[in-house]
Amino acid sequence: MANAPVARSPVIDVQHLSKSYGDTHAVRDLSFSVARGEVLGLLGPNGAGKSTTMRIITGYLRPTSGTVRVAGTVVDDSDVFKQSIGYLPEFSPLYGDMIVYDLLQFAAAAHGVPRPERRDRFRRLSSQCGLETVMHRPFDQLSRGYKQRAGLAYALVGDPEILILDEPTSGLDPNQIVEIRSVIKEIGQSRTVIFSTHILAEAESTCDRIVIINDGRLVADGTAAQVKDAEAPGVAIRVTVRGASEAEATGVFEQVDSVDRVLVDERDGAAGEVSLLLACREDVRAALPTIVAERGWSLLEMARSTESLETAFQRLTGKRNR
Amino acid sequence: MWLVVRRELRSAFGSPIGYVVAVVFLAVTGWLLFSTFFLNGRADLRAFFELLPITLALVAPAITMRQLSEELSSGTYESVLTLPLSAAQILGGKFVASLLFVMIVLVPTLLYPLSIASVVGGSAATQLDWGPVVGGYIGAILLAGLYCAIGLLASSASRNQIVAFILAIAVCAFLALVDRMLFIIPAPLVGLIQFLSATSHFESVARGVLDTRDLVYFVSFGGAALFGAHAVMQVRRG
Repeated sequence: MANAPVARSPVIDVQHLSKSYGDTHAVRDLSFSVARGEVLGLLGPNGAGKSTTMRIITGYLRPTSGTVRVAGTVVDDSDVFKQSIGYLPEFSPLYGDMIVYDLLQFAAAAHGVPRPERRDRFRRLSSQCGLETVMHRPFDQLSRGYKQRAGLAYALVGDPEILILDEPTSGLDPNQIVEIRSVIKEIGQSRTVIFSTHILAEAESTCDRIVIINDGRLVADGTAAQVKDAEAPGVAIRVTVRGASEAEATGVFEQVDSVDRVLVDERDGAAGEVSLLLACREDVRAALPTIVAERGWSLLEMARSTESLETAFQRLTGKRNR
Repeated sequence: MWLVVRRELRSAFGSPIGYVVAVVFLAVTGWLLFSTFFLNGRADLRAFFELLPITLALVAPAITMRQLSEELSSGTYESVLTLPLSAAQILGGKFVASLLFVMIVLVPTLLYPLSIASVVGGSAATQLDWGPVVGGYIGAILLAGLYCAIGLLASSASRNQIVAFILAIAVCAFLALVDRMLFIIPAPLVGLIQFLSATSHFESVARGVLDTRDLVYFVSFGGAALFGAHAVMQVRRG
Protein backbone atom coordinates (compact mmCIF):
# COMPACT_ATOMS: atom_id res chain seq x y z
CA MET A 1 0.00 0.00 0.00
CA ALA A 2 2.91 2.34 0.61
CA ASN A 3 4.56 4.30 -2.12
CA ALA A 4 6.65 2.22 -4.41
CA PRO A 5 10.27 2.83 -3.51
CA VAL A 6 11.69 5.14 -6.10
CA ALA A 7 15.43 5.45 -6.22
CA ARG A 8 15.43 8.35 -8.64
CA SER A 9 13.67 11.50 -7.58
CA PRO A 10 10.02 11.25 -8.57
CA VAL A 11 8.91 13.63 -11.28
CA ILE A 12 5.33 13.47 -10.05
CA ASP A 13 4.72 13.15 -6.34
CA VAL A 14 1.18 12.88 -5.04
CA GLN A 15 0.85 13.05 -1.25
CA HIS A 16 -2.32 12.40 0.75
CA LEU A 17 -4.53 13.78 -1.95
CA SER A 18 -8.23 14.16 -1.20
CA LYS A 19 -10.96 15.78 -3.20
CA SER A 20 -14.59 16.04 -2.24
CA TYR A 21 -17.56 17.73 -3.81
CA GLY A 22 -19.90 18.37 -0.91
CA ASP A 23 -20.58 14.94 0.55
CA THR A 24 -19.14 13.06 -2.39
CA HIS A 25 -15.55 11.95 -1.91
CA ALA A 26 -13.98 11.54 -5.33
CA VAL A 27 -10.44 10.93 -4.06
CA ARG A 28 -9.49 9.87 -0.53
CA ASP A 29 -5.98 10.15 0.88
CA LEU A 30 -4.27 9.04 -2.30
CA SER A 31 -0.48 8.88 -2.39
CA PHE A 32 1.75 7.67 -5.18
CA SER A 33 4.69 8.87 -7.19
CA VAL A 34 6.00 8.49 -10.70
CA ALA A 35 9.66 8.24 -11.57
CA ARG A 36 11.19 10.06 -14.50
CA GLY A 37 10.68 8.17 -17.72
CA GLU A 38 8.12 5.82 -16.27
CA VAL A 39 4.83 4.93 -18.00
CA LEU A 40 2.21 4.68 -15.29
CA GLY A 41 -1.24 3.23 -15.82
CA LEU A 42 -3.98 4.60 -13.61
CA LEU A 43 -6.49 1.81 -13.45
CA GLY A 44 -9.94 1.64 -11.95
CA PRO A 45 -13.61 1.33 -12.75
CA ASN A 46 -15.54 4.31 -14.03
CA GLY A 47 -16.06 6.83 -11.26
CA ALA A 48 -13.10 5.56 -9.24
CA GLY A 49 -11.48 9.01 -9.20
CA LYS A 50 -9.02 8.63 -12.09
CA SER A 51 -10.10 11.75 -13.95
CA THR A 52 -10.28 13.79 -10.76
CA THR A 53 -6.73 12.72 -9.83
CA MET A 54 -5.43 13.69 -13.27
CA ARG A 55 -7.25 17.00 -13.23
CA ILE A 56 -5.63 17.85 -9.90
CA ILE A 57 -2.17 16.92 -11.20
CA THR A 58 -2.67 19.25 -14.18
CA GLY A 59 -3.87 22.04 -11.89
CA TYR A 60 -7.33 22.14 -13.47
CA LEU A 61 -8.92 21.28 -10.12
CA ARG A 62 -7.78 22.25 -6.65
CA PRO A 63 -7.37 19.42 -4.15
CA THR A 64 -9.43 19.56 -0.95
CA SER A 65 -6.29 18.50 0.89
CA GLY A 66 -2.89 17.04 0.10
CA THR A 67 -0.20 18.17 -2.31
CA VAL A 68 1.04 17.37 -5.77
CA ARG A 69 4.57 18.13 -6.94
CA VAL A 70 5.39 18.13 -10.60
CA ALA A 71 9.07 18.27 -11.53
CA GLY A 72 9.81 19.60 -8.04
CA THR A 73 7.25 22.42 -8.28
CA VAL A 74 4.15 22.37 -6.13
CA VAL A 75 0.98 22.44 -8.22
CA ASP A 76 -0.83 25.52 -6.97
CA ASP A 77 -2.47 28.63 -8.34
CA SER A 78 0.64 29.68 -10.24
CA ASP A 79 1.02 28.48 -13.78
CA VAL A 80 4.73 27.63 -13.66
CA PHE A 81 4.26 23.86 -13.59
CA LYS A 82 1.96 23.86 -16.63
CA GLN A 83 4.98 24.24 -18.91
CA SER A 84 6.16 20.72 -18.10
CA ILE A 85 2.79 19.01 -18.61
CA GLY A 86 1.00 17.98 -21.75
CA TYR A 87 -2.56 16.96 -21.00
CA LEU A 88 -5.24 15.29 -23.05
CA PRO A 89 -8.62 15.32 -21.29
CA GLU A 90 -11.09 12.50 -21.83
CA PHE A 91 -12.84 12.59 -25.24
CA SER A 92 -10.18 14.97 -26.56
CA PRO A 93 -12.17 18.20 -26.33
CA LEU A 94 -10.52 20.71 -28.66
CA TYR A 95 -11.97 23.70 -30.53
CA GLY A 96 -14.18 22.19 -33.22
CA ASP A 97 -14.09 25.19 -35.53
CA MET A 98 -10.30 25.13 -35.90
CA ILE A 99 -8.29 23.05 -38.32
CA VAL A 100 -5.75 20.67 -36.81
CA TYR A 101 -2.84 22.79 -37.99
CA ASP A 102 -4.24 25.89 -36.25
CA LEU A 103 -4.88 23.92 -33.08
CA LEU A 104 -1.23 22.89 -33.02
CA GLN A 105 -0.18 26.50 -33.71
CA PHE A 106 -2.36 27.64 -30.82
CA ALA A 107 -0.92 25.12 -28.37
CA ALA A 108 2.63 25.78 -29.60
CA ALA A 109 2.20 29.52 -29.03
CA ALA A 110 0.77 28.89 -25.56
CA HIS A 111 3.81 26.75 -24.75
CA GLY A 112 6.09 29.46 -26.11
CA VAL A 113 7.57 27.34 -28.88
CA PRO A 114 9.58 29.70 -31.11
CA ARG A 115 8.09 30.10 -34.58
CA PRO A 116 11.09 28.80 -36.55
CA GLU A 117 10.99 25.53 -34.61
CA ARG A 118 7.29 24.90 -35.14
CA ARG A 119 7.47 23.77 -38.75
CA ASP A 120 9.80 20.86 -37.99
CA ARG A 121 7.96 19.97 -34.85
CA PHE A 122 4.56 19.85 -36.58
CA ARG A 123 6.01 17.67 -39.30
CA ARG A 124 7.45 15.25 -36.73
CA LEU A 125 4.23 15.16 -34.71
CA SER A 126 2.02 14.68 -37.73
CA SER A 127 3.99 11.63 -38.79
CA GLN A 128 4.30 10.29 -35.24
CA CYS A 129 0.56 10.62 -34.61
CA GLY A 130 -0.49 9.83 -38.18
CA LEU A 131 -2.08 13.21 -38.92
CA GLU A 132 -0.59 13.92 -42.36
CA THR A 133 -3.88 13.67 -44.21
CA VAL A 134 -6.01 15.69 -41.81
CA MET A 135 -3.80 18.65 -40.88
CA HIS A 136 -6.06 21.08 -42.75
CA ARG A 137 -9.42 19.66 -41.77
CA PRO A 138 -11.62 21.19 -39.08
CA PHE A 139 -11.38 19.26 -35.86
CA ASP A 140 -15.16 18.79 -35.71
CA GLN A 141 -15.15 16.82 -38.95
CA LEU A 142 -12.55 14.29 -37.85
CA SER A 143 -13.40 10.72 -36.92
CA ARG A 144 -13.08 9.62 -33.31
CA GLY A 145 -9.66 8.08 -33.93
CA TYR A 146 -8.24 11.14 -35.64
CA LYS A 147 -9.62 13.39 -32.92
CA GLN A 148 -7.73 11.31 -30.40
CA ARG A 149 -4.51 11.53 -32.42
CA ALA A 150 -4.91 15.26 -32.91
CA GLY A 151 -5.41 15.53 -29.15
CA LEU A 152 -2.18 13.59 -28.59
CA ALA A 153 -0.30 15.93 -30.90
CA TYR A 154 -1.87 18.93 -29.12
CA ALA A 155 -0.63 17.58 -25.79
CA LEU A 156 2.85 16.89 -27.20
CA VAL A 157 3.41 20.13 -29.04
CA GLY A 158 5.11 21.92 -26.14
CA ASP A 159 7.59 19.04 -25.86
CA PRO A 160 6.49 18.49 -22.23
CA GLU A 161 8.45 16.34 -19.84
CA ILE A 162 5.22 14.77 -18.59
CA LEU A 163 2.28 13.55 -20.61
CA ILE A 164 -1.08 12.96 -18.94
CA LEU A 165 -3.74 11.16 -20.96
CA ASP A 166 -7.25 10.55 -19.69
CA GLU A 167 -8.71 7.37 -21.22
CA PRO A 168 -6.90 7.85 -24.53
CA THR A 169 -8.34 4.66 -26.02
CA SER A 170 -11.97 4.98 -24.98
CA GLY A 171 -14.42 4.99 -27.85
CA LEU A 172 -11.90 3.73 -30.39
CA ASP A 173 -12.18 0.61 -32.52
CA PRO A 174 -9.71 -2.23 -31.91
CA ASN A 175 -7.33 -1.16 -34.68
CA GLN A 176 -7.24 2.40 -33.46
CA ILE A 177 -6.65 1.18 -29.91
CA VAL A 178 -3.59 -0.76 -31.04
CA GLU A 179 -2.28 2.27 -32.91
CA ILE A 180 -2.77 4.67 -30.02
CA ARG A 181 -1.11 2.22 -27.65
CA SER A 182 1.93 1.95 -29.86
CA VAL A 183 2.15 5.74 -30.08
CA ILE A 184 1.97 5.93 -26.28
CA LYS A 185 4.70 3.30 -25.97
CA GLU A 186 6.91 5.23 -28.35
CA ILE A 187 6.31 8.49 -26.49
CA GLY A 188 6.99 6.72 -23.20
CA GLN A 189 10.55 5.97 -24.25
CA SER A 190 11.54 9.59 -23.82
CA ARG A 191 8.94 10.95 -21.40
CA THR A 192 7.03 10.34 -18.22
CA VAL A 193 3.50 9.27 -19.05
CA ILE A 194 0.42 8.77 -16.89
CA PHE A 195 -2.60 7.38 -18.64
CA SER A 196 -5.87 6.12 -17.30
CA THR A 197 -7.91 3.18 -18.44
CA HIS A 198 -10.43 0.76 -17.04
CA ILE A 199 -8.99 -2.16 -18.99
CA LEU A 200 -6.44 -4.23 -17.06
CA ALA A 201 -4.98 -5.80 -20.19
CA GLU A 202 -4.31 -2.41 -21.70
CA ALA A 203 -2.41 -1.18 -18.67
CA GLU A 204 -0.52 -4.47 -18.61
CA SER A 205 0.64 -4.23 -22.21
CA THR A 206 1.64 -0.58 -22.14
CA CYS A 207 2.78 0.39 -18.64
CA ASP A 208 5.90 0.00 -16.54
CA ARG A 209 3.82 0.31 -13.43
CA ILE A 210 0.15 0.23 -12.47
CA VAL A 211 -1.72 2.10 -9.78
CA ILE A 212 -5.22 0.81 -9.15
CA ILE A 213 -7.75 3.07 -7.49
CA ASN A 214 -11.27 2.25 -6.49
CA ASP A 215 -13.77 4.52 -4.79
CA GLY A 216 -11.06 7.19 -4.59
CA ARG A 217 -8.63 4.98 -2.66
CA LEU A 218 -5.38 3.37 -3.67
CA VAL A 219 -5.94 -0.38 -4.02
CA ALA A 220 -2.69 -1.56 -5.55
CA ASP A 221 0.58 -0.08 -6.74
CA GLY A 222 3.26 -2.06 -8.55
CA THR A 223 4.30 -3.70 -11.79
CA ALA A 224 1.68 -5.58 -13.76
CA ALA A 225 3.04 -8.89 -12.43
CA GLN A 226 2.95 -7.72 -8.81
CA VAL A 227 -0.57 -6.40 -9.16
CA LYS A 228 -1.77 -9.63 -10.71
CA ASP A 229 -0.15 -11.72 -7.98
CA ALA A 230 -1.98 -9.72 -5.40
CA GLU A 231 -5.27 -10.41 -7.10
CA ALA A 232 -4.87 -13.83 -8.59
CA PRO A 233 -4.59 -16.49 -5.85
CA GLY A 234 -7.69 -17.51 -4.06
CA VAL A 235 -10.83 -19.48 -4.39
CA ALA A 236 -14.44 -18.43 -4.26
CA ILE A 237 -16.75 -20.78 -2.39
CA ARG A 238 -20.49 -20.53 -2.35
CA VAL A 239 -22.17 -21.87 0.81
CA THR A 240 -25.86 -22.06 1.64
CA VAL A 241 -26.85 -22.69 5.26
CA ARG A 242 -30.14 -22.85 7.12
CA GLY A 243 -30.71 -21.67 10.68
CA ALA A 244 -28.29 -18.77 10.77
CA SER A 245 -28.87 -15.08 10.37
CA GLU A 246 -26.81 -13.17 7.83
CA ALA A 247 -24.78 -11.48 10.52
CA GLU A 248 -24.12 -14.69 12.46
CA ALA A 249 -23.08 -16.59 9.36
CA THR A 250 -20.87 -13.78 8.12
CA GLY A 251 -19.25 -13.45 11.53
CA VAL A 252 -18.51 -17.14 11.83
CA PHE A 253 -17.13 -17.66 8.34
CA GLU A 254 -14.92 -14.60 8.61
CA GLN A 255 -13.15 -16.33 11.52
CA VAL A 256 -12.25 -19.35 9.40
CA ASP A 257 -8.56 -19.58 8.56
CA SER A 258 -7.61 -18.29 5.10
CA VAL A 259 -11.00 -16.65 4.48
CA ASP A 260 -10.41 -13.04 3.42
CA ARG A 261 -13.88 -11.77 2.79
CA VAL A 262 -17.47 -12.89 3.14
CA LEU A 263 -20.27 -11.48 1.05
CA VAL A 264 -23.97 -12.27 1.23
CA ASP A 265 -25.13 -13.49 -2.14
CA GLU A 266 -28.79 -14.41 -1.57
CA ARG A 267 -31.09 -14.67 1.39
CA ASP A 268 -34.43 -16.30 1.93
CA GLY A 269 -35.78 -14.98 5.20
CA ALA A 270 -38.91 -17.17 5.30
CA ALA A 271 -36.98 -20.39 4.93
CA GLY A 272 -34.14 -19.10 7.15
CA GLU A 273 -31.61 -19.78 4.44
CA VAL A 274 -28.67 -17.65 3.50
CA SER A 275 -26.14 -18.02 0.70
CA LEU A 276 -22.67 -16.62 1.17
CA LEU A 277 -19.68 -16.17 -1.02
CA LEU A 278 -16.34 -16.73 0.70
CA ALA A 279 -13.15 -15.36 -0.75
CA CYS A 280 -10.40 -17.64 0.49
CA ARG A 281 -6.72 -18.06 -0.11
CA GLU A 282 -7.18 -21.84 -0.10
CA ASP A 283 -10.00 -24.27 -0.63
CA VAL A 284 -11.66 -24.52 2.81
CA ARG A 285 -14.54 -26.80 1.84
CA ALA A 286 -13.27 -29.70 3.94
CA ALA A 287 -13.48 -27.64 7.14
CA LEU A 288 -16.89 -26.08 6.57
CA PRO A 289 -19.31 -28.98 7.42
CA THR A 290 -17.85 -29.29 10.92
CA ILE A 291 -18.02 -25.58 11.56
CA VAL A 292 -21.63 -25.43 10.40
CA ALA A 293 -22.59 -28.50 12.45
CA GLU A 294 -20.96 -27.07 15.60
CA ARG A 295 -23.30 -24.08 15.39
CA GLY A 296 -26.34 -26.25 14.94
CA TRP A 297 -27.00 -24.97 11.40
CA SER A 298 -27.67 -27.17 8.39
CA LEU A 299 -25.44 -27.11 5.37
CA LEU A 300 -27.62 -27.11 2.26
CA GLU A 301 -25.16 -26.42 -0.49
CA MET A 302 -21.44 -25.94 -0.90
CA ALA A 303 -19.57 -25.46 -4.15
CA ARG A 304 -16.43 -24.00 -5.48
CA SER A 305 -17.62 -21.07 -7.54
CA THR A 306 -17.19 -21.43 -11.26
CA GLU A 307 -16.77 -17.69 -11.56
CA SER A 308 -13.32 -16.33 -11.13
CA LEU A 309 -12.83 -14.51 -7.89
CA GLU A 310 -12.51 -11.21 -9.68
CA THR A 311 -15.76 -11.46 -11.61
CA ALA A 312 -17.67 -12.86 -8.65
CA PHE A 313 -16.72 -9.92 -6.50
CA GLN A 314 -17.29 -7.47 -9.28
CA ARG A 315 -20.79 -8.82 -9.65
CA LEU A 316 -21.48 -8.70 -5.95
CA THR A 317 -19.99 -5.33 -5.18
CA GLY A 318 -21.74 -3.93 -8.24
CA LYS A 319 -25.08 -5.23 -6.98
CA ARG A 320 -24.54 -3.69 -3.58
CA ASN A 321 -23.66 -0.29 -4.94
CA ARG A 322 -26.83 -0.07 -6.95
CA MET B 1 -3.01 37.01 -24.20
CA TRP B 2 -2.87 38.13 -27.87
CA LEU B 3 -2.90 34.48 -28.75
CA VAL B 4 -6.37 34.16 -27.19
CA VAL B 5 -7.51 37.44 -28.77
CA ARG B 6 -6.53 36.20 -32.22
CA ARG B 7 -8.20 32.83 -31.74
CA GLU B 8 -11.42 34.35 -30.44
CA LEU B 9 -11.64 36.92 -33.22
CA ARG B 10 -11.06 34.27 -35.84
CA SER B 11 -13.73 32.09 -34.27
CA ALA B 12 -16.17 35.03 -34.08
CA PHE B 13 -15.71 35.70 -37.79
CA GLY B 14 -16.10 32.03 -38.54
CA SER B 15 -19.43 31.75 -36.76
CA PRO B 16 -22.76 32.95 -38.16
CA ILE B 17 -23.75 34.57 -34.86
CA GLY B 18 -21.28 37.41 -35.37
CA TYR B 19 -22.58 38.23 -38.85
CA VAL B 20 -26.23 37.97 -37.85
CA VAL B 21 -25.65 40.31 -34.92
CA ALA B 22 -23.72 42.79 -37.09
CA VAL B 23 -26.30 42.85 -39.88
CA VAL B 24 -29.31 43.18 -37.58
CA PHE B 25 -27.58 45.88 -35.56
CA LEU B 26 -26.73 47.92 -38.66
CA ALA B 27 -30.18 47.49 -40.17
CA VAL B 28 -31.99 48.49 -36.99
CA THR B 29 -29.79 51.46 -36.08
CA GLY B 30 -29.75 52.69 -39.69
CA TRP B 31 -33.51 52.54 -39.92
CA LEU B 32 -34.03 54.19 -36.54
CA LEU B 33 -31.71 57.03 -37.52
CA PHE B 34 -32.85 57.76 -41.04
CA SER B 35 -36.58 57.11 -40.65
CA THR B 36 -36.87 60.24 -38.54
CA PHE B 37 -33.82 62.09 -39.82
CA PHE B 38 -35.52 64.27 -42.42
CA LEU B 39 -38.49 64.92 -40.14
CA ASN B 40 -36.23 66.31 -37.42
CA GLY B 41 -34.43 68.53 -39.84
CA ARG B 42 -31.26 68.41 -37.75
CA ALA B 43 -27.86 67.36 -38.96
CA ASP B 44 -26.86 65.20 -36.01
CA LEU B 45 -26.73 61.58 -34.92
CA ARG B 46 -28.82 62.02 -31.80
CA ALA B 47 -31.31 59.34 -32.80
CA PHE B 48 -28.45 56.86 -33.24
CA PHE B 49 -26.54 57.63 -30.06
CA GLU B 50 -29.63 57.99 -27.89
CA LEU B 51 -30.55 54.37 -28.44
CA LEU B 52 -27.02 53.00 -28.34
CA PRO B 53 -27.12 52.07 -24.62
CA ILE B 54 -30.05 49.79 -25.45
CA THR B 55 -28.95 48.46 -28.83
CA LEU B 56 -25.49 47.64 -27.50
CA ALA B 57 -27.11 45.95 -24.49
CA LEU B 58 -28.37 43.39 -27.02
CA VAL B 59 -25.28 43.25 -29.24
CA ALA B 60 -22.56 42.75 -26.60
CA PRO B 61 -24.26 39.84 -24.78
CA ALA B 62 -24.91 38.12 -28.12
CA ILE B 63 -21.18 38.20 -28.79
CA THR B 64 -19.98 37.27 -25.30
CA MET B 65 -22.60 34.63 -24.46
CA ARG B 66 -20.69 31.74 -25.98
CA GLN B 67 -17.23 32.81 -24.86
CA LEU B 68 -17.09 30.74 -21.68
CA SER B 69 -20.44 28.91 -21.67
CA GLU B 70 -19.68 27.04 -24.87
CA GLU B 71 -16.22 26.10 -23.66
CA LEU B 72 -17.64 24.83 -20.39
CA SER B 73 -20.30 22.72 -22.06
CA SER B 74 -18.08 21.32 -24.81
CA GLY B 75 -15.11 20.65 -22.51
CA THR B 76 -12.63 22.79 -24.48
CA TYR B 77 -12.38 24.88 -21.31
CA GLU B 78 -10.32 22.07 -19.78
CA SER B 79 -7.91 21.67 -22.68
CA VAL B 80 -7.29 25.43 -22.82
CA LEU B 81 -6.99 26.07 -19.10
CA THR B 82 -4.37 23.32 -18.78
CA LEU B 83 -2.14 24.97 -21.40
CA PRO B 84 0.51 27.27 -19.94
CA LEU B 85 -2.02 30.12 -19.93
CA SER B 86 -3.45 31.71 -16.80
CA ALA B 87 -7.17 32.21 -16.24
CA ALA B 88 -6.52 35.95 -16.36
CA GLN B 89 -4.85 35.69 -19.77
CA ILE B 90 -7.72 33.65 -21.16
CA LEU B 91 -10.35 35.98 -19.73
CA GLY B 92 -8.45 39.10 -20.80
CA GLY B 93 -8.06 37.73 -24.31
CA LYS B 94 -11.75 36.98 -24.56
CA PHE B 95 -12.62 40.45 -23.28
CA VAL B 96 -10.37 42.24 -25.73
CA ALA B 97 -11.60 40.07 -28.61
CA SER B 98 -15.27 40.77 -27.77
CA LEU B 99 -14.64 44.49 -27.45
CA LEU B 100 -12.75 44.53 -30.75
CA PHE B 101 -15.60 42.68 -32.41
CA VAL B 102 -18.16 45.23 -31.18
CA MET B 103 -15.87 47.99 -32.42
CA ILE B 104 -15.67 46.32 -35.81
CA VAL B 105 -19.48 46.13 -35.90
CA LEU B 106 -19.53 49.88 -35.14
CA VAL B 107 -17.16 50.71 -38.00
CA PRO B 108 -19.83 50.63 -40.75
CA THR B 109 -21.94 53.06 -38.70
CA LEU B 110 -19.28 55.67 -39.51
CA LEU B 111 -21.16 55.86 -42.80
CA TYR B 112 -24.01 57.59 -40.98
CA PRO B 113 -22.11 60.78 -40.07
CA LEU B 114 -20.22 60.69 -43.38
CA SER B 115 -23.41 60.49 -45.42
CA ILE B 116 -25.09 63.13 -43.31
CA ALA B 117 -22.12 65.42 -43.75
CA SER B 118 -22.24 64.96 -47.51
CA VAL B 119 -26.01 65.55 -47.66
CA VAL B 120 -26.01 68.75 -45.65
CA GLY B 121 -22.94 70.09 -47.38
CA GLY B 122 -20.38 72.53 -46.07
CA SER B 123 -22.24 75.69 -45.20
CA ALA B 124 -21.40 76.71 -41.65
CA ALA B 125 -25.01 77.03 -40.54
CA THR B 126 -26.14 73.50 -41.35
CA GLN B 127 -22.83 71.67 -41.08
CA LEU B 128 -22.56 68.47 -39.03
CA ASP B 129 -20.87 69.13 -35.71
CA TRP B 130 -18.17 66.48 -35.42
CA GLY B 131 -17.56 67.04 -31.68
CA PRO B 132 -20.56 65.03 -30.43
CA VAL B 133 -19.89 62.39 -33.07
CA VAL B 134 -16.35 61.76 -31.81
CA GLY B 135 -17.59 61.92 -28.21
CA GLY B 136 -20.39 59.50 -29.09
CA TYR B 137 -17.97 56.92 -30.48
CA ILE B 138 -15.64 57.22 -27.49
CA GLY B 139 -18.68 56.71 -25.26
CA ALA B 140 -19.77 53.76 -27.39
CA ILE B 141 -16.41 52.04 -26.85
CA LEU B 142 -16.56 52.59 -23.09
CA LEU B 143 -20.13 51.33 -23.04
CA ALA B 144 -19.23 48.28 -25.13
CA GLY B 145 -16.36 47.51 -22.75
CA LEU B 146 -18.68 47.58 -19.76
CA TYR B 147 -21.28 45.42 -21.50
CA CYS B 148 -18.69 42.89 -22.72
CA ALA B 149 -17.32 42.54 -19.19
CA ILE B 150 -20.83 41.94 -17.85
CA GLY B 151 -21.47 39.48 -20.70
CA LEU B 152 -18.33 37.53 -19.81
CA LEU B 153 -19.34 37.38 -16.16
CA ALA B 154 -22.72 35.96 -17.20
CA SER B 155 -21.01 33.54 -19.58
CA SER B 156 -18.66 32.31 -16.85
CA ALA B 157 -21.61 31.66 -14.57
CA SER B 158 -23.55 29.28 -16.84
CA ARG B 159 -22.84 26.39 -19.17
CA ASN B 160 -25.94 27.39 -21.09
CA GLN B 161 -25.42 30.13 -23.70
CA ILE B 162 -29.05 31.21 -23.65
CA VAL B 163 -28.99 31.63 -19.88
CA ALA B 164 -25.78 33.66 -20.19
CA PHE B 165 -27.34 35.78 -22.96
CA ILE B 166 -30.51 36.61 -21.04
CA LEU B 167 -28.66 37.20 -17.78
CA ALA B 168 -26.30 39.64 -19.48
CA ILE B 169 -29.12 41.46 -21.28
CA ALA B 170 -31.01 41.80 -18.01
CA VAL B 171 -28.05 43.44 -16.26
CA CYS B 172 -27.05 45.62 -19.22
CA ALA B 173 -30.63 46.74 -19.87
CA PHE B 174 -31.03 47.55 -16.19
CA LEU B 175 -27.97 49.80 -16.30
CA ALA B 176 -29.23 51.37 -19.55
CA LEU B 177 -32.79 52.04 -18.38
CA VAL B 178 -32.45 52.67 -14.67
CA ASP B 179 -32.37 56.46 -15.13
CA ARG B 180 -35.79 56.31 -16.77
CA MET B 181 -37.25 54.94 -13.57
CA LEU B 182 -36.11 57.75 -11.33
CA PHE B 183 -39.68 58.87 -10.67
CA ILE B 184 -40.46 55.72 -8.69
CA ILE B 185 -37.28 55.92 -6.64
CA PRO B 186 -37.22 57.60 -3.21
CA ALA B 187 -35.48 60.96 -3.30
CA PRO B 188 -32.44 60.08 -1.15
CA LEU B 189 -31.51 57.29 -3.57
CA VAL B 190 -31.79 59.30 -6.75
CA GLY B 191 -28.14 60.35 -6.70
CA LEU B 192 -26.97 56.78 -6.30
CA ILE B 193 -29.26 55.43 -9.00
CA GLN B 194 -28.15 58.14 -11.36
CA PHE B 195 -24.57 57.12 -10.72
CA LEU B 196 -25.49 53.52 -11.60
CA SER B 197 -27.01 54.53 -14.91
CA ALA B 198 -24.86 53.63 -17.90
CA THR B 199 -26.97 55.87 -20.09
CA SER B 200 -26.32 59.06 -18.12
CA HIS B 201 -22.56 58.39 -18.09
CA PHE B 202 -22.62 57.57 -21.78
CA GLU B 203 -24.58 60.75 -22.59
CA SER B 204 -22.16 62.81 -20.61
CA VAL B 205 -19.22 61.39 -22.61
CA ALA B 206 -21.19 61.72 -25.86
CA ARG B 207 -21.76 65.41 -25.17
CA GLY B 208 -18.04 65.73 -25.61
CA VAL B 209 -17.20 66.24 -21.96
CA LEU B 210 -14.77 63.61 -20.81
CA ASP B 211 -15.35 63.73 -17.07
CA THR B 212 -13.22 61.55 -14.78
CA ARG B 213 -16.40 60.45 -12.98
CA ASP B 214 -17.62 58.82 -16.18
CA LEU B 215 -14.27 57.15 -16.81
CA VAL B 216 -14.18 55.91 -13.23
CA TYR B 217 -17.68 54.51 -13.68
CA PHE B 218 -16.92 52.52 -16.84
CA VAL B 219 -13.49 51.31 -15.71
CA SER B 220 -14.54 50.32 -12.19
CA PHE B 221 -17.81 48.62 -13.14
CA GLY B 222 -16.24 46.86 -16.10
CA GLY B 223 -13.26 45.88 -13.97
CA ALA B 224 -15.53 44.56 -11.23
CA ALA B 225 -17.40 42.38 -13.74
CA LEU B 226 -14.14 40.95 -15.11
CA PHE B 227 -12.85 40.40 -11.60
CA GLY B 228 -16.09 38.56 -10.84
CA ALA B 229 -15.70 36.38 -13.92
CA HIS B 230 -12.14 35.54 -12.84
CA ALA B 231 -13.42 34.65 -9.37
CA VAL B 232 -16.05 32.35 -10.89
CA MET B 233 -13.33 30.63 -12.93
CA GLN B 234 -11.36 30.04 -9.73
CA VAL B 235 -14.43 28.72 -7.92
CA ARG B 236 -14.91 26.21 -10.74
CA ARG B 237 -11.57 24.66 -9.78
CA GLY B 238 -13.24 23.56 -6.54
